[in-house]
Amino acid sequence: MKKLKNMNKNTKSNLLTYMMVIVTYVIVQIFIATGNMSSLMEGLLVPVCTYVILAVSLNLTVGILGELSLGHAGFMCVGAFASALFSLGMKDSIENDLLRFIVAILIAAVSAAVAGILVGIPVLRLKGDYLAIVTLAFGEIIKNFINAIYLGVDANGLHFSMKDTMSLGMEADGKILIKGAQGITGTPHCSNFTIGVILIMLSLVIINNLVNSRTGRAVMSIRDNRIAAESVGINITKYKLIAFTISASLAGVAGALYAHNLSTLMATPKNFGYNMSIMILVFVVLGGIGNMRGSVIAAVLLTLLPELLRGLADYRMLIYAIVLIFMMLFNWSPQFIDFRKKMMSKFKNKKKAEKEA
Amino acid sequence: MKMKKLLSLVLTAAMTATLLVGCGGSEGSSDVVTTDGANVFKIGAIGPTTGSAAVYGSAVMNGAQIAVDEINAAGGINGMTIELNCQDDECDAEKSVNAYNTLTDWGMQALVGTTTSGCCVAVAAEAAQDNTFLLTPSGSAVECIAYDNAFRVCFSDPNQGIASAQYIGQNGIASKVAVIYDSSDVYSSGIYEKFAAEAANQGVEIVAAEAFTADNKTDFSVQIQKAKDSGAELVFLPIYYTEASLILAQADQLGYKPMFFGCDGLDGILGVENFNTALAEDVMLLTPFAADAQDELTKKFVATYNEKFGETPNQFAADAYDAVYIIKAAAEKAGLKAGMTPSEVCDALVPVMTEITVNGLTGEGMTWSADGEPSKAPKAVKIKDGVYTAM
Amino acid sequence: MSFVSYLITGISLGSVYAIIALGYTMVYGIAKMLNFAHGDVIMVGGYIVFVTVSNLGVNPYVALLISMAACTVLGITIERVAYKPLRGTSPLAVLITAIGVSYLLQNLALLIFGADTKAFTSVVNVPNLELFDGQLTISGVTIVTVIACIIIMSALTLFVKKTKAGRAMQAVSEDRGAAQLMGINVNGTIALTFAIGSALAAVAGVLLCSAYPSLTPYTGSMPGIKAFVAAVFGGIGSIPGAMIGGILLGIIENLSKAYISSQLSDAIVFGVLIIVLLVRPTGILGKNIQEKV
Repeated sequence: MKKLKNMNKNTKSNLLTYMMVIVTYVIVQIFIATGNMSSLMEGLLVPVCTYVILAVSLNLTVGILGELSLGHAGFMCVGAFASALFSLGMKDSIENDLLRFIVAILIAAVSAAVAGILVGIPVLRLKGDYLAIVTLAFGEIIKNFINAIYLGVDANGLHFSMKDTMSLGMEADGKILIKGAQGITGTPHCSNFTIGVILIMLSLVIINNLVNSRTGRAVMSIRDNRIAAESVGINITKYKLIAFTISASLAGVAGALYAHNLSTLMATPKNFGYNMSIMILVFVVLGGIGNMRGSVIAAVLLTLLPELLRGLADYRMLIYAIVLIFMMLFNWSPQFIDFRKKMMSKFKNKKKAEKEA
Repeated sequence: MKMKKLLSLVLTAAMTATLLVGCGGSEGSSDVVTTDGANVFKIGAIGPTTGSAAVYGSAVMNGAQIAVDEINAAGGINGMTIELNCQDDECDAEKSVNAYNTLTDWGMQALVGTTTSGCCVAVAAEAAQDNTFLLTPSGSAVECIAYDNAFRVCFSDPNQGIASAQYIGQNGIASKVAVIYDSSDVYSSGIYEKFAAEAANQGVEIVAAEAFTADNKTDFSVQIQKAKDSGAELVFLPIYYTEASLILAQADQLGYKPMFFGCDGLDGILGVENFNTALAEDVMLLTPFAADAQDELTKKFVATYNEKFGETPNQFAADAYDAVYIIKAAAEKAGLKAGMTPSEVCDALVPVMTEITVNGLTGEGMTWSADGEPSKAPKAVKIKDGVYTAM
Repeated sequence: MSFVSYLITGISLGSVYAIIALGYTMVYGIAKMLNFAHGDVIMVGGYIVFVTVSNLGVNPYVALLISMAACTVLGITIERVAYKPLRGTSPLAVLITAIGVSYLLQNLALLIFGADTKAFTSVVNVPNLELFDGQLTISGVTIVTVIACIIIMSALTLFVKKTKAGRAMQAVSEDRGAAQLMGINVNGTIALTFAIGSALAAVAGVLLCSAYPSLTPYTGSMPGIKAFVAAVFGGIGSIPGAMIGGILLGIIENLSKAYISSQLSDAIVFGVLIIVLLVRPTGILGKNIQEKV
């Protein structure tokens, strides 16, 4: 108990986040074990994990590094395709599902990190909204590019084309791995809630440790005052790139989780386009910029919300939009915050009065 | 700090609450025809009713609804009343699986869906695992029915591509053909590939093959210009009518007037509100369904659809309408009774699917092979004076 | 000859982007926010003209005025309800509400008008221009769009430079606090900017739908994003920059479709944008503000 008191605020807050994730996990497991879980909720568990990781990883770029990225889904896309391609190709070579999936996740992380470095080097030279638009551009390029890839394998080895399946020139026994817009079909179903939660915990630990390290403090000093940071000898490009790459890499991990949850993987504007990047940004901003626990909660809430609104049929997305606007106003508007504070102090005064009486 | 803590506490509470509510099993559904409960057969339908593909999903829901209403009015399936529950998937595979799970919770016994190919591949895998009967009205990609429990109403993409090439070649319609297709769409690129392969056998030369993508489907001037420059006599459009109407209008603006030939996706082009049908004059298409056909069944369906939804039905609506009737035919053949589990229903329906013959809007005497493909003949129609006429 | 033709259709597409980008850039310059809902205001403008012309039989030019008025009201309302309460907080928060508004408008339109494509009757009835014995056709819409774009750009530049309200806008965009101290009504100026931007959106909607006659609840979103790119391309906040950016974007898009790959044209457009921004980090005509310690 004493130890807990002596801990600094950050550590306590982080522990609270971990506890929250673990407790939720246990509760959900109990529900599943007792058969009280609807299929909808059970089916939503892995997507929720995916979005939580995405939100947390984007929060590293937006909240800690202080740069607005609108291309996060692009890194998720890279991770998803790299890992799905590996799993599909190695389906017969590596029998153990778990082992294959772990390697796939690592491949996703590495490939997304490479993409992060490639994108980060030019992008991080820019500032503000210009940086945002260039990340958006990169996200769209990645999606557009992957949509045009045709990859097949036969006895003669790999065939690659950017045009159509005919130009692959495959033998009759060949297997097409990536089929342009149709993407990858038949990815083994390896993702599950436990792995998802482990990955969430890993992401949180990585980010929290980074934030509390020398590197993290350097990154935050750049966010708060670039010129001052530069003047004390911090290598701006290096630290920016470190944070950006880690963020991209975690998005790739989320991509692997996503890809192995569905038997089809297509790069549509819906799942890997700027719409998705913006959706992830919504989680981050709603949950509080720089606040990891907020990101987790916002991602869970906003992923569940449209599903729980299914009863409203055609009005579902309309209500969703209204709720989104309202939540933003409630969380961010100075008037609302004042109003909340007033209500709070009234409430407190009442309590005090009761105690005294 | 206090404030923030409280806020996060409230949010956590809200999250747990939503989780628990969700766990209780969500009953939410829109188009449910509630009955006394015991003697019902539950059919689910999935398709996009929001998002940019909403027009296709809505058509499927409407078409299925009409069929269900008709069947229920006529006494149901083996005395069972059909309940229909339609769920939105926004044309996204992940949301589609969510929709499927929602329907599973609701107790769905057979699925009419999903509407779009990509989503269908994902849902088919889930349905195969649960052993749920799946009949997709319009999922035309080969992989949609990869599993034993999956069947479809529409033609597959390869079939359409081959049939189109054969039709053009055998009837000597054109020898130089340009293709404009949507490379980001499974349906369109699937047809294009088979068309290109078969065209070579038919002595039809493809002089231009121009793609566009989902993000880039407003301006077609370049694709049209290239087709024009290549000297093509005919432009093949294996795409949906939404984009085709734009292509026709822009070709007209550019003063290009070749023959246009399309597949079933083109059906519906005359129904676009305010569309100048003169632009579609002489457009040819291979389709199993034409809203202007003069048979009794089509006339009745179109009239009902118009009355209920104020629109002319397209091919998707017709496919969904047929899908419900196909399930009815199979269920009657298999002698389904009330209260069977989805898995029992599936086991009963799958073997009889190859035995039934259904006359529907999209084909006379449709039969199915064990791999799930329908066998029916496409009709070639030509638009003359603003109406479809058989060729 | 086909090259000239690609160029002309590129300019036509580009001038539509340019008009949308003008609205984006105006709002960004003054309110310092990315108004993601701008593309959807365009869609609303298109629907209003569609309904008044096709269903109520109003004269197309009157319909355009009605649509401009309605969009102005819509723009001001959105600003009041969704953006103004968040002024002074993180620009990200406003960005997210703008996205919320965008979803709201799309889904409202979906519920009211349905998902079906509506074929838009061109408001423009200028005949096509045929050159070189019909080898080259320039459509009437293209001519009108380009002319409209030039007129709007000039009018806006004059307005901002010469009128009192325009100079107030410049002042607010330069330094909001100082402008307020000088007695400028900041809220009023921002509302005026939204009004002008939304009226422009209505015009853009009509021209977009006249050139590409199909109208769905999602018509505005992709051109909106492209126009946003165009605005950044030209230097966001700069009125001539928006026009140059828009037209260049249209030309690059069409030429890459024609000569490189129609599948990868988006990737090429975005690639060019990235290269331009790396060479000129604030766009073609953007002001490069030196950071002071």
